[in-house]
Amino acid sequence: MDFVKLLELVIAASLINNFVFTRFLGLCIFFGVSKKMETAVGMSITFTMVMVVSAAVSWLIYTYLMVPYELTFLKIIIFIGVVAALVQASDTVMRKISPVLYYKLGVYLALIATNCIIIAVPLINSGEGYNFIESLFFGLGSGLGFSLALIIMASIREKLELADVPAPFRGMPLAFVTTGLIALAFTGFAGLITL
Amino acid sequence: MSEAAQHQLIVSVSPHIKSEETVSQIMWTVSAALLPAFLASAYFFGPRGLIVQLVTIASCLAFEAFSQKVVNKPVTLSDGSAFLTGLLLAFNLPANIPLYVPIVGSFVAISITKHLFGGLGYNIFNPALVGRAFVLISWPRQMTTWMAPVSSFTSVDVVSQATPLNVAKLDGMAKLLEQFDGSKIQLYKSLLMGQISGSLGETSALLILIGGLFLLFKKYITWHVPVPFIATVVIVALVTGNDPVFHLLAGGLMLGAFFMATDYVTGPATRRGQIVFGVMCGLLTMLIRLKGGYPEGVMFAILIMNCFAPLLDRRLRTTTFGAVKKKEAST
Repeated sequence: MDFVKLLELVIAASLINNFVFTRFLGLCIFFGVSKKMETAVGMSITFTMVMVVSAAVSWLIYTYLMVPYELTFLKIIIFIGVVAALVQASDTVMRKISPVLYYKLGVYLALIATNCIIIAVPLINSGEGYNFIESLFFGLGSGLGFSLALIIMASIREKLELADVPAPFRGMPLAFVTTGLIALAFTGFAGLITL
Repeated sequence: MSEAAQHQLIVSVSPHIKSEETVSQIMWTVSAALLPAFLASAYFFGPRGLIVQLVTIASCLAFEAFSQKVVNKPVTLSDGSAFLTGLLLAFNLPANIPLYVPIVGSFVAISITKHLFGGLGYNIFNPALVGRAFVLISWPRQMTTWMAPVSSFTSVDVVSQATPLNVAKLDGMAKLLEQFDGSKIQLYKSLLMGQISGSLGETSALLILIGGLFLLFKKYITWHVPVPFIATVVIVALVTGNDPVFHLLAGGLMLGAFFMATDYVTGPATRRGQIVFGVMCGLLTMLIRLKGGYPEGVMFAILIMNCFAPLLDRRLRTTTFGAVKKKEAST
């Protein structure tokens, strides 16, 4: 396994093609939980974990069930089902095994099931023909990229709470403008790695 | 804060430290530090350079007044902040740019990046850099057609020429040295004095450096951002086997390190944060210069680090003296 390729995959998925800042996916959760640092951190941890596991499970199902039985045209429906089932399962398991963790992260788990990044990653994995390890690392990079976006945004929004923002732009509108400007800064990463 | 409100401020416990320094004084001093480079841009690029400078500054002032009128705040053109933004934005534009580009850039810089976020002191990003980044991705061709320095002020010939960083990136250092008769000393001298193509204010590394040292001497900026920034660029160039002197003098490194990364508002407030900020700016600059899609990375490096500045302040906050260390607060 080429280690450099995997590292490039993680950097590409987290910085260069950051899901929030260059593909503009997952915005509902991004704006929803980036108001406070505490929720942003909780969401980031949960999100990255679910992302890696779902990338792995979807890859197994895609390669060993859907391709042999020529069901690839059903991949959107099947991936949605897989992600929803996975989120529900980890929700149940976590409640039994670690109630503390469940009360900390439980509310985000339900939100993740409706996130578009979580469905985009298995689709991109199958579209690009990544192997198992590559899919895992792509999921990890996407999760880290989303976490980075959330944490940056939360720190900026907490700072903006104190700012004398014109009334029509207070809150959500300014959050959109801020995201646009961060995306502008992130265009600097363009062309760093061409996979 | 209005003059009257300042006088009403009641402070209680002594000792009181009085300072004569005001925001507007700092802004005008920084602008004065850029005066040598301003005059040089007129010298190197002729009337064309001067027109771009004046249009950019005038439109920044106009948008400042307009934005403050719209949000019902007192119009404070005389504090010099919009003037300085205009000056810095113009320094980042090529001399032969169509004049609507600086006007749009000024709008993005002043109205969107500064006043939407609450005006002076609240902006997250450096206004001049956002203006520049916006026009760069909106008009990539016009923004990268560089004009060679004119031979005399009245000369009307415009020759377009790629910047040294551009040549070094696309054709390699050997090709660049050919332009300077194969002599490295000649190349360094041109970079230092400013006899090269490039943005209006970034061509002469020496004049910018003089302005920067003046600010350091006046204690308006500290070494915590510029020195780690520049040192990191030199170290990365050495480690990767590139010419460190070339990377030090070429492009907007001096301008960025002394005048843009040191912005009080958009950088971190803590000393440790500032050092990390400087080092990361240097790393990102070299990453983009050597590996990225753009020939110059100073602007993007500072903008990216602007995003991280509030986070750096949170993580590297110093412990209050005498405070009892609590259980790791869930920040």
